Amino acid sequence: MTVNITLIVLMAAFFAAGIYLLLERSLTRVLLGLILLGNGANILILATSGPSGRSPLYTAGTPAEEYTDSLPQALILTAIVITFAVTAFMLGIIYRSWVLGRVDDVQDDPEDRRVADQDSYDYEDDADIIADTTEFSEAEDPSAAAAADRAGRTEGPR
Amino acid sequence: MIAADLAPLAVVLPFLGAAVTFILIRHARAQRAVSISTLSVTLLIEVVMLISAPSAGTHAVKLGGWEPPFGIVLVVDQFSALMLVVSSAVSLSVLIYAAGQGMADGDEDGPVSIFHPTYLILVAGVSNAFLTGDLFNLYVGFEILLTASYVLMTLGGTAPRIRAGVTYVVVSVVSSMLFLIAIAMIYGATGTINMADLAVKLESVDPATQLVLHLMLLVAFGIKAAVFPLSFWLPDSYPTAPAPVTAVFAGLLTKVGVYAMVRVETLLFPGDRINSLLMVVALLTMVVGILGALAQSDIKRLLSFTLVSHIGYMVFGLAISTRIGLGAAVYYVAHHIIVQTSLFLVTGLIERRGGTANVDRLGGLAKLSPLLGLLFFLPAMNLAGIPPFSGFLGKLGLIQAGVELGTPLAYVLVAGGVATSLLTLLVMARVWNRAFWRSPADAEDPDPILLASKADGSSVGTSRHVTGEDTGRFAGKDPVRLLPASMTGPTIGLVALGLALTVLAGPLFTLSDGAAQEMLDRTPYIEAVLGAGADR
Repeated sequence: MTVNITLIVLMAAFFAAGIYLLLERSLTRVLLGLILLGNGANILILATSGPSGRSPLYTAGTPAEEYTDSLPQALILTAIVITFAVTAFMLGIIYRSWVLGRVDDVQDDPEDRRVADQDSYDYEDDADIIADTTEFSEAEDPSAAAAADRAGRTEGPR
Repeated sequence: MIAADLAPLAVVLPFLGAAVTFILIRHARAQRAVSISTLSVTLLIEVVMLISAPSAGTHAVKLGGWEPPFGIVLVVDQFSALMLVVSSAVSLSVLIYAAGQGMADGDEDGPVSIFHPTYLILVAGVSNAFLTGDLFNLYVGFEILLTASYVLMTLGGTAPRIRAGVTYVVVSVVSSMLFLIAIAMIYGATGTINMADLAVKLESVDPATQLVLHLMLLVAFGIKAAVFPLSFWLPDSYPTAPAPVTAVFAGLLTKVGVYAMVRVETLLFPGDRINSLLMVVALLTMVVGILGALAQSDIKRLLSFTLVSHIGYMVFGLAISTRIGLGAAVYYVAHHIIVQTSLFLVTGLIERRGGTANVDRLGGLAKLSPLLGLLFFLPAMNLAGIPPFSGFLGKLGLIQAGVELGTPLAYVLVAGGVATSLLTLLVMARVWNRAFWRSPADAEDPDPILLASKADGSSVGTSRHVTGEDTGRFAGKDPVRLLPASMTGPTIGLVALGLALTVLAGPLFTLSDGAAQEMLDRTPYIEAVLGAGADR
């Protein structure tokens, strides 16, 4: 198989720039990175079709090797349409993100931060078990026990 | 004409349904009727295909009459037929649940009218990915389901969903790019993208090149299947979506990735060259996933972590890659789709009844609604692998396969699998203790709906009785039923289907064993697509 060096160099440049942009925190740059990656992938598919030849319309007597391989072009066409749709959708949500919060950045997950910051002590799991559970003692009033429980809870280390 | 010739309908019918529901976008009731009946008919056709699959053997449908390897083929074997039936049954239940939620809340023309067409397109994409025998068509199937999932993920366009949606879209697009690049390189190396043809031609490719192509495909599918260390996007993005959407994503999308991994391992690159790598990955996925779940207090996030963790079991079976290991993995995929989806649906109900999905803010649900308690308890125990549930049977099969293999790494994997099962039980017990068993008064900052009671002290059935200044999420809305039958019904159905996996374990194991045998002996697949005698 022969390859076209121009296409390979172009592809490498697209991939390099695309990955660089993808690592940015700004969403617009991430989108540009994705577009470049998509185009790089399309060029790679084109490169796999080998040297160019006659257009793939059947002419009697022409050997098969003289035609251009048309399958990669069909694949590229499909991939372009898909990249186009995804780009349009990404632009939509980037704009929505701008409208909602005036931000063009990748946001942190608040629940993730909360879990990361929480204390390893957990009241429910780690508190000492109270020895006497009042279940069989007649003196204790259940509502008083519940109140005491709540009071203990607020004092407990959190 | 045999039943497997109906395969294209599994993709075409949901697409037609999507078109019709899109036209009916202003008529919520007609939309519901069309989408539910479309999926019911699809499910019926797939059940017919599954019943005839063991006797008919592998069957290829040539689309448009183009002969393989030039045209696209859809291939029906026992594995793909089983996956189709399970996925359609699950998506039908979730659709009825979502429609029920809309009906209960009176959303006649809410912003979610785009839900039905998008949902049907998602189902079409999933079916296409399960059926296709062409690598590029698999890419297209993935893109169909992913693009639909982008829309469902950001439904309504609220700030948290946009934030989570951005991460999800970028990660998915990057994995699709890797897949596309892998396809280009495979085409460059072999000159074909038909999977059966590839199975024959890849054998003559230089082993080093083979390894590169193999690993590229596995990384692309590993991101989609959320295999450690490619799983960090999942617990971040899934929980913010609406409950039915999270449920169907958790059930189906990662399993499509697992399905693709299984096909790559068995059909395209057979042999055990990277099985040790897969075993390590499976072990880390199981253990790291479940340790993440232990730290969570939001049930949806917690379940997302268990989802990641249990993907490890499927990779476990795939890494063992003996007939018994692969068969157990197939059974486990079917089990996990159903159980994980029912748990997410129940979480939607918990969120509705308790006002939140945060376990610290919940309590007493078992007393408020014993039905809800039962609906959570059964799939939770099933997921943890308590006998006699299907989770136990699947894990037992995997452990048996691991012990039979008998290498030190396999024993480590078996130990990891047992430990993960125990930790899953612990995670589920924590949710149970807090959300269901303790008194609502012990909950931290409970939602008003949780404490609301009627004048006689009995629990409430609608949001009408929520009093006080802050009525939480139901503020300013008409009273709605908290647990409408239209939402509990499909959940009960799915939980029952999870239990049926135990009752029907015999026939199902025969089926998954047959599927494993078909996959390990690649000849039926290759001959069905390329004709007899093509593989040698």
